[in-house]
Amino acid sequence: MTARTIAADQSVEFYNLDEHPHPEGHSTMLGFWIYLMSDCLIFAILFACYAVLGGNYAAGPAPKDLFDLKLIALNTAMLLFSSITYGFAVLQMQRGRVKGTQIWLAVTGLFGLAFLGIELYEFHHLIEIGATPQRSAFLSAFFTLVGTHGLHVTFGIIWLVTLMVQLGKHGLGAANRRRVMCLSMFWHFLDVVWIGVFTIVYLMGVLR
Amino acid sequence: MSADPSDHAAHGHHEIEMPHASMRDYAIGFVLSVILTAIPFWLVMERPLGAAATATIIMILAMVQIVVHMVFFLHMTPKAEGGWSLTSLLFTVIVVVIMLAGSLWVMHHLNTNMMPPMHDTSQLP
Repeated sequence: MTARTIAADQSVEFYNLDEHPHPEGHSTMLGFWIYLMSDCLIFAILFACYAVLGGNYAAGPAPKDLFDLKLIALNTAMLLFSSITYGFAVLQMQRGRVKGTQIWLAVTGLFGLAFLGIELYEFHHLIEIGATPQRSAFLSAFFTLVGTHGLHVTFGIIWLVTLMVQLGKHGLGAANRRRVMCLSMFWHFLDVVWIGVFTIVYLMGVLR
Repeated sequence: MSADPSDHAAHGHHEIEMPHASMRDYAIGFVLSVILTAIPFWLVMERPLGAAATATIIMILAMVQIVVHMVFFLHMTPKAEGGWSLTSLLFTVIVVVIMLAGSLWVMHHLNTNMMPPMHDTSQLP
């Protein structure tokens, strides 16, 4: 006889082949994190380009001649303050306060705008003195890397304003909480990238 | 299994796992970041040490600060999203390290081995 029987000491296993219901947006946080990781790869490529090309000045200006570390320190402070104020927005959200969340988001946006303003001032100054992206491989790599980061901050601010409007219209529902947390990840991630930028581009550049 | 989609839309936010932030985390993260940013700027602006030592220290401090941001601002824990956040982060770090180290290594060798000789006296008349 070949028929198999279940032994008495073996437990019977059931497999649920139907998909169980998922709450709406249950995978958004992980999905957004994976997007950030892909963004991380973009920045890694730009960092690699800068690391390879950063010494090719083509008899043009070197980082030492161009960068004003006091300005960069001020810029870094702006981004760091915006990180902590975004944290305050998340804390207000956890307490269920719409107004408080919006106010701290607005403060974060102002710090972000200050950061962008200083960066644009720096770029304008560099281009004015002839250190344009066309000048040397070092400057091409510099403008691409730092400009991409600045572009991310710009889109972060657009998203931030959109989110403030959404919060005003719909309050702190599940969807809006999720959006606040996603932008939180995006914003703090940009700060992480900036750590790499100020260390490798500015500090190491001036040191070289 | 509930067939009514509005049912879990209404209760959805109870089931979604979200990192819980606390004032304590943000305060510790902020203070550490300020210290870890101020030291490298001070080292480069005032130059109390040699170039090689300064470079080593600021690279180490940058890596420490990235970890601080990951833990206190991005709420990274081994348990977040059932471990998949950390897994994808580790994968990304491995790819980034291979790409950065590989690019620098290859291009450095190209530069040192294939650069045309600058003062080739045999070509002079």
